[in-house]
Formats: sequence, structure tokens, C-alpha cells
Amino acid sequence: MTVTDDQDRAAGGPAVTELPEDITIATEEGRRLAEQLQDESSRHARKLLEVKNLSTHFFTSDGVVHAVDDISFELDYGETLGLVGESGCGKSVTALSLTRLVPNPPGRIVSGEIIFDGVNIMKLSGEEMRLLRGKRIGFIFQDPMTSLNPTLTVGYQIAESTRIHMGLSRKAADDRAAELLSKVGIPRARDRMSDYPHQFSGGMRQRVMIAIALACDPMLLLADEPTTALDVTIQAQILELIRSLSDEFGTAVILITHDLGIAAGMCNRVNVMYAGRIVETGSVDVIFENPRMPYAWGLLDSLPRLDEQKGARLRTIEGLPPDLINPGPECRFSPRCPYVRDICRTTEPELSPREEEGHLARCHGTEPGGWIQ
Amino acid sequence: MATQTQVLEAPVATRKSSGLWRDAFGRLVKNRLAIVGLILVALFALVALFGPWLAPYPYQQQDVAATAPYHGPIPPLTDGHVLGTDELGRDLLSRIMDGAQISFAVAMVVQIVVLIIGIPIGALAGWFGGRMDNYLMRFTDVIYAFPDLLFIIILTVAFRETWFGRALDGLLLVFVAIGITSWITMARLVRGQLLSLKETEFVEAAKAIGVRDRGIVSRHLLPNAIGPVIVAITLGIPGAILAEATLAFLGIGAQAPRASWGSLIDDGRDFIRGDPHLVFFPALAVAIALLSFTFLGDGLRDALDPKLKGKQ
Amino acid sequence: MVGYIIRRVLWIIPVLLVVSFLTFSLMKATPGGPWDREKQLSERQKALLNAKYGLDDPFMVQYIRWLVGWPEEDGFQRGLILGDLGPSYRYPDRTVNDIVADGILTTIQLGVMAFALAVLVGIPLGVIAALRQNGIPDYAATFVSVLGICTPSFVAAILLVIVFSIGLGWFPTGGWKGPEYWVLPTIALGLAPVAVVARYTRASMLEVTRKDYIRTAHSKGLKERSVVVIHMIRNALIPVVTILGPLLAALVTGSFIIEILFSVPGIGRFYVTAIAQRDYGLIMAMTMIYAAAVAVMNMVVDILYAYIDPRIRYS
Repeated sequence: MTVTDDQDRAAGGPAVTELPEDITIATEEGRRLAEQLQDESSRHARKLLEVKNLSTHFFTSDGVVHAVDDISFELDYGETLGLVGESGCGKSVTALSLTRLVPNPPGRIVSGEIIFDGVNIMKLSGEEMRLLRGKRIGFIFQDPMTSLNPTLTVGYQIAESTRIHMGLSRKAADDRAAELLSKVGIPRARDRMSDYPHQFSGGMRQRVMIAIALACDPMLLLADEPTTALDVTIQAQILELIRSLSDEFGTAVILITHDLGIAAGMCNRVNVMYAGRIVETGSVDVIFENPRMPYAWGLLDSLPRLDEQKGARLRTIEGLPPDLINPGPECRFSPRCPYVRDICRTTEPELSPREEEGHLARCHGTEPGGWIQ
Repeated sequence: MATQTQVLEAPVATRKSSGLWRDAFGRLVKNRLAIVGLILVALFALVALFGPWLAPYPYQQQDVAATAPYHGPIPPLTDGHVLGTDELGRDLLSRIMDGAQISFAVAMVVQIVVLIIGIPIGALAGWFGGRMDNYLMRFTDVIYAFPDLLFIIILTVAFRETWFGRALDGLLLVFVAIGITSWITMARLVRGQLLSLKETEFVEAAKAIGVRDRGIVSRHLLPNAIGPVIVAITLGIPGAILAEATLAFLGIGAQAPRASWGSLIDDGRDFIRGDPHLVFFPALAVAIALLSFTFLGDGLRDALDPKLKGKQ
Repeated sequence: MVGYIIRRVLWIIPVLLVVSFLTFSLMKATPGGPWDREKQLSERQKALLNAKYGLDDPFMVQYIRWLVGWPEEDGFQRGLILGDLGPSYRYPDRTVNDIVADGILTTIQLGVMAFALAVLVGIPLGVIAALRQNGIPDYAATFVSVLGICTPSFVAAILLVIVFSIGLGWFPTGGWKGPEYWVLPTIALGLAPVAVVARYTRASMLEVTRKDYIRTAHSKGLKERSVVVIHMIRNALIPVVTILGPLLAALVTGSFIIEILFSVPGIGRFYVTAIAQRDYGLIMAMTMIYAAAVAVMNMVVDILYAYIDPRIRYS
């Protein structure tokens, strides 16, 4: 598995030598990034993240899988955005694409721009991406059981990125790691630094992952289903931890989940994804109170409620998610949509504005003048 | 809202799924090394089964007079002997073919023994678990600790003077000795497979529906376990051939005038300076036999469980 | 962990007991005694010899005498465990102890060199093959691996001699008089182990490459070299240790064949000639030596494995 590293490179500029790590700057964009790391004044004028027409495809022996197809969205500094959708809708691939960690082969970002903190990361070389990973962008993965190296101590794994990205000495890095460990709620942190991952429970391992992700005080935290593999009782604790830490450090968060309840509790804004597309986006209140896309309705409706009648059947969305190899021109949700009409089967709707500010939905039927009220 | 109202018309696109065996076969055929192995194995089997009719000369036929002009073994491609002869004028090619028959017989018989003893014992241990499994495992652990080759040697040395040891030119003893040490690996494999499969969810599901034990084993567990068994058998054959060749090389095993490859190599050692063909061709035969089964076995393993394969 | 070590050490005892019993029984079950081949001896002489060596005593007595010892009229006759490996029936004026002492160091030296070859060549080969998967190093390493696995040590020995000794004249065909004599036997003995180690290391590395924690390592922005060395290799080598046991066993059992072929003055050649000459005393003793060596080495490997895998060490 190699890191995606196949984008065109701009003609190289002179190598810059005063960076904390031993990374060779080879591109124009890389030089901008390096300069910017030194000078952060232009930040207030732009968004933290602008994704434009991102497409990531997987080239398999069965065909080309359009895992992420032409998605665009933005993220502000310090904001928490939810990426919600069922398994296979492309949310994880989106997150991996943001750090260019898509497994290659068979995956590749085929088109689009990702502008992070004013820098187009698609134009960076593989080496230059290392300036961002760990340092500017932290990643929390889904399964804490397998995401930690079993043969290295927890303290080492936390300290690792600080030594590289912040140039800390061994002792300073260890001190910081112990601090972080304690901050994420591990009791007797100093002692537990020299323990191995298998000596921690699932919830505690995820806390360690959070410590690793936040070790260098990144601007963006990508949390890919951080609680899916954990007990329900622990879930709330972990989410609360993520929220309080991101508040404290002003970290922006992209929270990926299939659980609407989690999104509702944590996010400022939500993108609903389906079959590799964003099908609805808006503030969390708007999405939950006034969704304008049948898939979103279906998701909300399928949540069992406390006040339901005992014995009532669970409501599901009929059908299966589509095969993402060679998607056609129609609306991807049309085979399962109870409100489908002919136009849905021939033309995919655009993401178009709805009533509220910043609320966009991808549905013919809910457009102004449409047949769904 | 989104309740079950309309019946879906256009079916959601699905892909054709093929059977497990068809998929595996497809993968196997694409693996060139495995096909090479298969062809060589087929050739090997052919020679082994029809050797006596295919060989240019009877393997034990001596012709010392013919060697006189050469003061020793006849070199290859001379006087009608493609691979030459040994110092007694016995045609090397024919003797190698006899060796092929021996090696093939060893390979097949040993694996049959392994199947007959190993699978049932392994299945019993794996399925019933508990104390039976424990005793069996302890027992096999101890036998396992005895280095295979040493045990085989001791067995052969001990019994080679008996009627049993002389049966089939000494081959019966070889079969049994090698077979005794080989079944254990198979038993452990089958046991391991059953143990892990027993705990899987689809077995739980089958039980929940009420399928009887016997049904579970035959319809759910064995088909899954068969793959690794096939691979293990194929990959176990080189070991058996090697063991037999080593025994023959040491002078125990198939008795003269049978021409096991190992004994050919041993005999040829004395002539290595002047007539290396006596050693080279039997050695080549051994290498090719081992290679072919290894390629085939590797190919089978990759075909039956692509997750293990490194390539995508 | 300590409990594990103790259990592992104690386990050797029943194993060696069974091995010794099996070996002894099988040798005793061989029809005919050690003197049957000697045509010059009269019946009476054979009977005297039998009495002298205690071959008429009950089975268990003979077994215990051989293994542990037995009080005799002229003092206590020590057995295997107490250091006396028994008499040689072929060479009445030498004991097995003498014969073994003669060559054991040489045999050990050969074994150690072959093992070092296997590890120092095999592991890097496997790592490189995995990192450059499907590239040239991978095919080269796979080729060497398959070759090594499929070539029995005696075949490799012969081919090496034909090419490098008789053909090119670079190395001598046999003997042990200096470093140039060490090369061919070590390669012949170590070729298959190198192949096995390389294959295993490659497979293990490929598995590790797919693990989630490697993805985590990349997401931290680490140098590729750090990821490989610190995160991948450490984890990949752990399973490789598990095959070191069988590997050592193979080295042990392969060594006597190589010693015969290259006229190496170790204990192996005695084993082979003992087999040919039906010197049962020597056969039994040497089988026990080899089996004990294998058992001990397996134990060391198991303990080593428990030590280097933190999941076992701290549990």
C-alpha cells in the first residue's frame, strides 16, 4: 500500500532549508506552504478547507468504482462538520482523500482541488504532504483495536509525531505525551506511558488515538467513525472528549458517522452523503428539523423512538445501495425513492438551495415548485 | 413519509456471482507458475504409471561389456543412451524413470495414509474439543517433538531386516515410516480448521435454525476446510519425496536394484569427477519433482484463498 | 511470562523421555543382535558378549541402565542422563563419549554458520522482496526461495561441488582445514533455510503492510523509512521467529548428510556409518543427542518468541 503520490508536479523551486523536518521542497505550492507555516496572518480571510469537485475512484478488475464522485464542500476554522451516510457511501474515502492516504493501488484521486489553509494540496509532492499529516491534520480511525502498533509503547506512539513535527527532544516529547495522555482521561498517565496497547481497553485505546491525533495541535481533526467499534456507554465519553478538546484548542473537526444521533449532538453543520455524492447539506438544526431530500427523511425516520408503540415494526429504506461501477445519469437514490418520477430516472438533480441559509439539497421533488411538500 | 409503499420496478444493479470453486479455478488458471506445475505433475504421473512401457531399457539390465570402451560409465547421448549409463551399463534414463515411479508411489501412498488417519482424528479432536482434544494434542505434541527424519530413520533401520521391511523392495516400510510422521500435521490442520469454524457465526446461525450436528459438519464445516486440506496435501508431497530420497541416499529405503533417485545420487557420488551426469540428472529429477508440486500447491493456495496472496 | 517459561522448560522432560523410550524400543525390536553379522564369533563368544553388555537382562532394566544408570558389581554404571553415552558396539575400545567429543564442536560450528546465513541473508531478502512487490528484487528473491526449498541439501551440495569445486575450482571438495573449506558446506546446508526464512519474512511483511496501524503511521506524517523500519519490520519479524524452531531442527537433521558429503569431521559421519554398520549403541546415543538438541532449541525459540512479543510478555 503506497501513499497516493501521482499528481503532476509544478517545476521545482529552490530547496528551503529552515524547516523543522528533513523534507525537501520540490514544488511551487510546497514553497508556499512552507512560507505559510511561518506566517499565519492571512488566515482570517479564508476558509480552512475548500473541497472542489473531488472525485476518487478505485480501479478494480471488475471495473472502476466511483467511490467519491464530484463532491464539493467547505469548512471553517474551528467548525465541526458531520459527514453522514450509510456504509459504502464514500464518507471514509473522502476523509482519506483529504490527506491523500487513499490506498494506491487500487484507488486514486482522479480530479478536483483540495485547498487546505490556502494551499492546494493536490499540487504538493508526497514528501511535502508529510508537512501536513500529523502536524496540521490529525486522523482518528475507526477500530482502536487494530489501529495501534502492538509492539510499541503507547507513550512512544504519541511522542513519535511530536519529535518529528515539533522537533522536541526525547524527554520533552515524553513529557508532552504524558500530558496528552492525562488530558484524554487516562489515569496515572505517567506510569501508563510505557504500557502496550493490548493492556488497554477499547475505549482507552481510542483515547490514546485521540491523543496521537492531537499531539501536534492540528488545525483539522478527521474522525472516522470514532465510536462505532465501542460500547454504547463509552461512546458518549469519547464524543464528549473530542468535543471538549476541539473546543479548547479551536480544532476544526470532520466527524464521519452513520449514526444521526451522534451527528446531531456534535456538529455545527452536516453533509449527508449517498452513493459517492453529497445529497444534502446545511446546519445541523436545519437538517434535522427540515430535511428536504427523501434519503435524509428515510434516515431520520428509521431511527427508533422512545415514544413508539411496542411491537411496531422498524422502518427501513427499501432496496440496496447502488453499485458504484459506472453509475448512470439518473438520480442515484431513484430506485429506492418513494417519491420517484420520470425525471428522476433520467436526470440527476443538482445540489440546489432551499429555504434556509446554507441549506442545499439534491432532489427534483423538493425544489421550489416540485411535487414534494 | 418513507414507508413501504411502491414496489420497486427497476432492479438494483447486481453483479453475477460465481461459485466458490469456479472462482478458484479461474484464479488458478491465470497463475502461470501453477499451470507449469500442473503440467509437470501430469508428466510425472504419466512416467510413474507407464514407466516400464515407456523406458528405453529395463532399469536393472546390466551391460558391462558396453562400458568397456569408456572405462566406466557411458556418457550421455552416446550409443543409444540418452542420459548415459552407470558403471554397470544400466541405462540412466530408465533408472530415473523407475525412480520416478518410486517417488510418485511414495507421494501418493503417504498422502492416502495421511488422509485416512489424519482427517478423522483431526475432525474428532476439533469437533468434540474438550478432553479428547486435549489428550490428542498432548500425544501429538510429544511425537511432533521427535524430529521427523530421525524418527523415520530409526523406524527404517529397526525394521529393515524383517519381512515387513523387505516387502515391495523395502518400499512398504518407507511408506509406513513416512506416513506415520506426516499424518500429524494434517490432523492438526483439520482440527484447527474445525475449531475456528465451529465458533463462527454462520455455524451459530445454522444451529439456531436447528440443523443437526452431522449436517453442520458435512454441509458447512467440511467444504470450508477442504480448501486448506487440498493445499496441505499438495504441499506435503515434496516433503515425502524428499524424505524418501534422503533415506535412499543413506542406504535405507528402497533396496537395490530399484533405482530410487536418492540411491542413484549415492551411487553416483564416487564418479562425480569424471562422470557427473550420474549425479546431475537424478538431482535434477528430484528438483523438478519438488518444484512442480510446490508451484502447484502455491497456486492452489492462492486460488482458494486470495486474501493470503500478496498480489491484487 | 515466568510461568510460561517454567512450563516450557519442564515440558522437555516428558518429550525426551518418550523420545528415548521410542528410540530404545525400536533399536531393541530390531531382529538379531549387534553381533549377528560377525561371522567369526562362535555362539559361545556371542553369549559372553551379550552378558558383558547386559543384553540378556529384562527390557526395563536395560532401558533404565541406558538412560539413567544401574548399579553393577563393580560400581555404579552411569547412563545417558548422567553423562555416559554408552559403548560403541563397533569400536570396542572407544566409547560414544569419545567419539562425540571428537566432532561435536565442528558440527556445532557448521550449524551456527548455516543458521547465521539463513538469518542474515534470508530476512533482508524477504523484506526487500515485500517492499518491492512484483519488482525485480521480488522475483529474484522468490526464485531463490523456491529453488532453495525444492533442492534437498544433498542435491544442493552435489550441484555446488560440480560447479564450484570441480568446475571452477574455487573451493575444495571436502575437508575442514580452513575457512575456504567452510564455504560450500555452509551454503549447501543453509540454502533451504535461507529460502524458507526469506519466504516467511516476505509473507509476514506483506501481511503487516495491510494492517491498520501502518495506516495510522502514515497519517502521522512519518518518513517512509521510519514506517518500514520502526513499524513494519518489528511486527513482521515476530511470526518469523516461530519458524526458527523447525528451521533449527532441519539444520540438525541435514547436517549429517552434509558432513558425509564434504568429509566434515563432525559427529554426523559417525551417525551415517553407524546406520550402515548397525552399531546400535551409537545409533541410539546419537539419535538422542540430535533429538535433545532439537528439543532444547525449540524451547529456546518458544521462550524467545514469548519475550519479543509484548502481547505475550505483558499479559
